[in-house]
Amino acid sequence: MPMPEAPAILVQGLTVAFGRGAGRMTAVDDVSLTVRVGESYGLVGESGSGKSTVLRAIAGLIAGWNGRIAVAGEAVGKRRDRAFFRQLQMVFQDPYGSLHPRHTVDRTLSEPLLLHGFDRVEARIEAVLEQVGLGPAFRFRFPHQLSGGQRQRVAIARALMLEPRILLLDEPTSALDVSVQAEILNLLSDLQARHSLTYLLVSHDLPVVAHMCDEVAVMRRGRVVETLTAGAMRASHAAQSYTQDLLAASRGALD
Amino acid sequence: MTSLLRVEDLTVTFPKRGGGLVEAVRGISFSVGRERVGIVGESGSGKSMTGRAILRLVRPPGRAAARRIDFDGIDLQSLSERKMRGIRGQRISMVMQDPKFSLNPVMSVGRQIAEAYRLHTGSAKGEAAAKTLEMLAAVQIDDPERVAGLYPHEVSGGMGQRIMIAMMLAPDPDLLIADEPTSALDVTVQRSVLAILDRLVRDRGMGLILISHDLNLVASFCDRVIIMYAGRIVETCVAGALDRAEHPYTQALLAALPRLSAPAERLAAMRRDPAWADAASVDAHA
Repeated sequence: MPMPEAPAILVQGLTVAFGRGAGRMTAVDDVSLTVRVGESYGLVGESGSGKSTVLRAIAGLIAGWNGRIAVAGEAVGKRRDRAFFRQLQMVFQDPYGSLHPRHTVDRTLSEPLLLHGFDRVEARIEAVLEQVGLGPAFRFRFPHQLSGGQRQRVAIARALMLEPRILLLDEPTSALDVSVQAEILNLLSDLQARHSLTYLLVSHDLPVVAHMCDEVAVMRRGRVVETLTAGAMRASHAAQSYTQDLLAASRGALD
Repeated sequence: MTSLLRVEDLTVTFPKRGGGLVEAVRGISFSVGRERVGIVGESGSGKSMTGRAILRLVRPPGRAAARRIDFDGIDLQSLSERKMRGIRGQRISMVMQDPKFSLNPVMSVGRQIAEAYRLHTGSAKGEAAAKTLEMLAAVQIDDPERVAGLYPHEVSGGMGQRIMIAMMLAPDPDLLIADEPTSALDVTVQRSVLAILDRLVRDRGMGLILISHDLNLVASFCDRVIIMYAGRIVETCVAGALDRAEHPYTQALLAALPRLSAPAERLAAMRRDPAWADAASVDAHA
């Protein structure tokens, strides 16, 4: 009998607190979630719900967390090794802030390859630029010479350089216009199909999450209040009144 | 409907480095009555510059010019800067996106509302203090006395925006220009802030210009919608008919929008037709 495949991301009893003494604040409180290989999992909630903190803890960007995080079946420690970053990469919300302003696209994309000792740097950069829909003409440009959508394409290309299996996406389109958002979401769907990627997507935008994800966890005040499928979300089949409120507020006249 | 504001052939230009001009707004005409008009468009469409130009707040070297900007019988372009200050805040108010940058960080919110009110109406201190509490209650702040004593950093984003609305509506303006007033807020808070704004606008018979990138919000909240693209008005319709918009740009915007009610494998990518930017602006008088 074949062994069942380990989930791409397993989070159990994750707790993150900031500050100390009376000012101590629990940002993430006993959160557990399972992201299966090849699926898109959405994490939704309002500001301060802890959704981005969960993502940052998984990515190793936060030092003080408790609980268990396993990526592709391997428990991760407080410090992440190189092998970890070949499994998992992150795309941030603000393409204006996440790219080094004085590095060309070429340098941004080649840096992870050099750090990890990859060969065929030239060919890999050319291939990835083609995959994210930017031609070779963009290779020696600086971020300020790119539009918001083009920058987010570069940020996605950077995340893909090490050929990871998993992408953590933190509000990847919320700084973009709706027509550019559509292009980036389509690009993410294409890349997922092409490379069998697993996505963990954080967003406050329920229609975006319903479009991209199979399963969704709703967070509030550091806790997961409920998990439901995208279909249940579209049909407003939510068990918790908070989720119902969020859904009602997200439905405009056009929905 | 008699119009409160009538704008004819408005243009906003910025000088380009090395000569020439960039036209942010290119000859648009529209009017606003005592109704809720939404101006939607993507970044760079000129929607915010349109709002600023009405209040003569386009910063140099930018320049706004129009054949006519008529507000309640007053030619706004011919007013002296001093007279214009009498219009701003008192007769036409503006609410911006982020209350964090619009409120004075070192003055309690109550004092700010009272000060703005006294400046615009010349009323006595006691009356301004009473009006402050009345306005805070009107934006559904539960404990106006306590909140009046708070500083901007002590209030949440949603409460900050309600305080801004209280401040802007205290002098009873005839027209409110709200530029992305809820974009920095969570969806559930967005709803309550808009509901408050809506009630105040209706009760006082004000005109409202709601500038937003959010089609869904504008469709839900306004009476009439103006769609801008590349500095021009490409289409105007009643808000309820936005879903049946006729211009290909508006249709492409709607198609690019993920919707809870309509699952799609892929979102429709927008193919921009250069003709959209070149076509003459649509007249958007009521």
